[in-house]
Amino acid sequence: MNAPDLVLTVEGLDALISALAGTGFRVIGPTPGEGAIVHDDVSSTDDLPRGWGDEQAPGRYRLRPRDDGALFGYALAPQSWKRFLHPPRERLWSARREGGEVDLRPAPLPEERFAFIGVRACELKAIAVQDRVLLGGAHVDARYAARRSSLFVVAVNCADPAATCFCSSMQTGPEVGEGHDVVLTELVSAEGSRFLARAGSEAGAAMLAGLPSRPATPREVAAGAEVIAGAEARMGRAMPPGDPRALLADLEHPRWDDVAARCLTCGACTQVCPTCFCTTVEDTSDLSGRETARDQRWDSCFATEFSFIHGGAVRASGRSRYRQWLTHKLATWIEQFGTSGCVGCGRCIAWCPVGIDITEEMAAFAAGPEDER
Amino acid sequence: MAIPAERRMVDATTPRPARVLSRRREAEDVWTLAVEAGPQDLDAAPGRFAMLTAFGVGEIPVSYSGDPAAEGRVIHTIRAVGAVSRALAGLEEGAMLGVRGPFGKGWPLAEVEGREVIAVAGGLGLAPVRPAIRRLVARGERPTLVYGARSPAQALFREDLADWRARGVEVEATVDHAGPDWRGHVGVVPPLIARRVRDPARTVAFVCGPEVMMRFAASALLEAGVAAEAIHISMERNMKCAVGLCGHCQFGGDLLCRDGPVAPLARVADRLHVAEL
Amino acid sequence: MSSDATTGAALARTLAAHPLMAGLPPAFLLEVEACAAPAEFPEGARLLREGAPAAVAHLLLSGRVALSVDAPGRAPLTFQTVGPGEVVGVSWLVPEACWAWDATALGPVASIALDAVRLRDACEADPALGYALMKRFVPVLLQRLHATRMQVLDVYGDPG
Repeated sequence: MNAPDLVLTVEGLDALISALAGTGFRVIGPTPGEGAIVHDDVSSTDDLPRGWGDEQAPGRYRLRPRDDGALFGYALAPQSWKRFLHPPRERLWSARREGGEVDLRPAPLPEERFAFIGVRACELKAIAVQDRVLLGGAHVDARYAARRSSLFVVAVNCADPAATCFCSSMQTGPEVGEGHDVVLTELVSAEGSRFLARAGSEAGAAMLAGLPSRPATPREVAAGAEVIAGAEARMGRAMPPGDPRALLADLEHPRWDDVAARCLTCGACTQVCPTCFCTTVEDTSDLSGRETARDQRWDSCFATEFSFIHGGAVRASGRSRYRQWLTHKLATWIEQFGTSGCVGCGRCIAWCPVGIDITEEMAAFAAGPEDER
Repeated sequence: MAIPAERRMVDATTPRPARVLSRRREAEDVWTLAVEAGPQDLDAAPGRFAMLTAFGVGEIPVSYSGDPAAEGRVIHTIRAVGAVSRALAGLEEGAMLGVRGPFGKGWPLAEVEGREVIAVAGGLGLAPVRPAIRRLVARGERPTLVYGARSPAQALFREDLADWRARGVEVEATVDHAGPDWRGHVGVVPPLIARRVRDPARTVAFVCGPEVMMRFAASALLEAGVAAEAIHISMERNMKCAVGLCGHCQFGGDLLCRDGPVAPLARVADRLHVAEL
Repeated sequence: MSSDATTGAALARTLAAHPLMAGLPPAFLLEVEACAAPAEFPEGARLLREGAPAAVAHLLLSGRVALSVDAPGRAPLTFQTVGPGEVVGVSWLVPEACWAWDATALGPVASIALDAVRLRDACEADPALGYALMKRFVPVLLQRLHATRMQVLDVYGDPG
């Protein structure tokens, strides 16, 4: 896509939302929810969190008003897009027993087509990571595949990362790389926001071609680059360098006990993590036992039941469950899927009720057992 | 993004209803179900597993204790210990259950031609070993079986043990304790192993049983000179989807539903000694 | 009694060939042989009796022996069987010990009977012999300890 950058006004962005809705997409974007940015249905830029930023720190998330009226002035919403592509609960099949026969009906594949507005670079990478897990193997999650194949992504470059962000050190941001249909960079000024727009796919180019726009001036292109450079410079955290697979060499490191003493095993990190994909199934039946069904729902490796085999849980201690999460996310994920399971979004840091910081833990492991305590 | 149509099929998560053809009691809490076979069951190589659904109760992984390709029906042996296994073990002739599979990697039967096979099984671990021995015997080989159980009443497949002995298979059965009627060994499995490994360089071991037993059996095999690459163990972890999508069956870097359940000791030996992995 | 094993030379050969004595220097073998005699038992015979002084141990040559315990109101409970190449009776290693369990021949059994009191005295008198024998008996004890622990763990038992 070598077309020159275009500039959309706020009205142009409204036209984009309308065009997406008009071609059958359910348009989801950031909205100012109750005290948090919430991804929800949007029908115009009036639904976007104009003038809201966020403040994130270990165990802390707050909305804060901005004085510049930016539409995308926050870093990240608490919930990632996986909530739509890989929803927390979905029906797999239902069955009816009748006269010694079983009529088993798979749940229909979802037909909803999503368009996401405001996807950050780290989140695009997270979608790519889930693609690899749920679509890249011998078996495919058919429902995820259906949603994913019809997805339209309007990415927005991050201008104001949070103190919990570390995408730079994970090479996943802050600039949007690939996987989008359109990427926007918000240029905020006293006259209101404009958006540098660039297509990332044929569909994106076709969409942009139908919108009111004008070519970007060199000054606007330079301003866009400054937005990204500024985000890079304000990155709150960094993952320490080094091969994270070194974790696997010391599964009895004393730091596991240290972090386990703080971890509540609540699983909040796995719920907000944009790549955590684990699910379990729940079978239900009516009182007669004739109608039965199976639902898939998000699971967490912090749940005791997660590792249950006859007799008990394999990972009974909090220590072993935290170890499973961290070693999987950063090390064995690479063996299994060829990428890291972490994209540096920092949600696990902000939403940990006791503020456990994955970058700090990794720094402690990298320092080695002698240097700690 | 385009997903090839054949990979988008929902088959993998949707059970196929199947009828119980017969049920028999193997031991106090162990039952064997014969289930009608579908075309996909022909791939149920020894050591692989199926996901069995008791409708309205739940689903669990169960190994194949028979050889559908040879027998025309599917045999599963189930110990009634949890809600699902109890419901499955209670299914009588004519009842319906849900079946998915076969899944996973089984015993490397193709690679053991011309080598000496020693199978080491404990308790219900004989179930997935049974079809492997049957295939070996059918192709004229003489494997050795060392089988441990809690007591004579808990020893499974006694007719098979007698049949295999009659066909020249060396079968050493041992129990933890026994009354005077028991003519086999009494004691644990590992000390019986060394003397049955005659040519360690040519020996391949299939091990399945409680994890503690497998660890000691693996040590005994290594001490007897069998290479870690030639010792194959069948691991067990929680499984939900059975196709590598749900994350439950991780054992270090392996997803056991996909990379196991049978794995060479050389790959997993270090992990066996890490608690709660 | 087998005619072959009654001769001293045959006994020495049989003793040297027993796995428990493998590699024992000839001088030590002679000392053990001085305490040894061939023995045979029909099916059902008691080799050791619980509570009796630990006076004679057996190196098994053929047949199998059950180690068991009697309990009122039930059949004797066997917890270990011992076969050719193995040993029946290790309590004699401790002076003035008594057998802790019954040992019963499960079929015809041939063994080398060891006069445990004399053997212990010989070990006392020659610590090098004592150490060489300990190195052979301690692994047996260790293996039985491990086996016992695995049985106590009841690894095949109901996991609930």
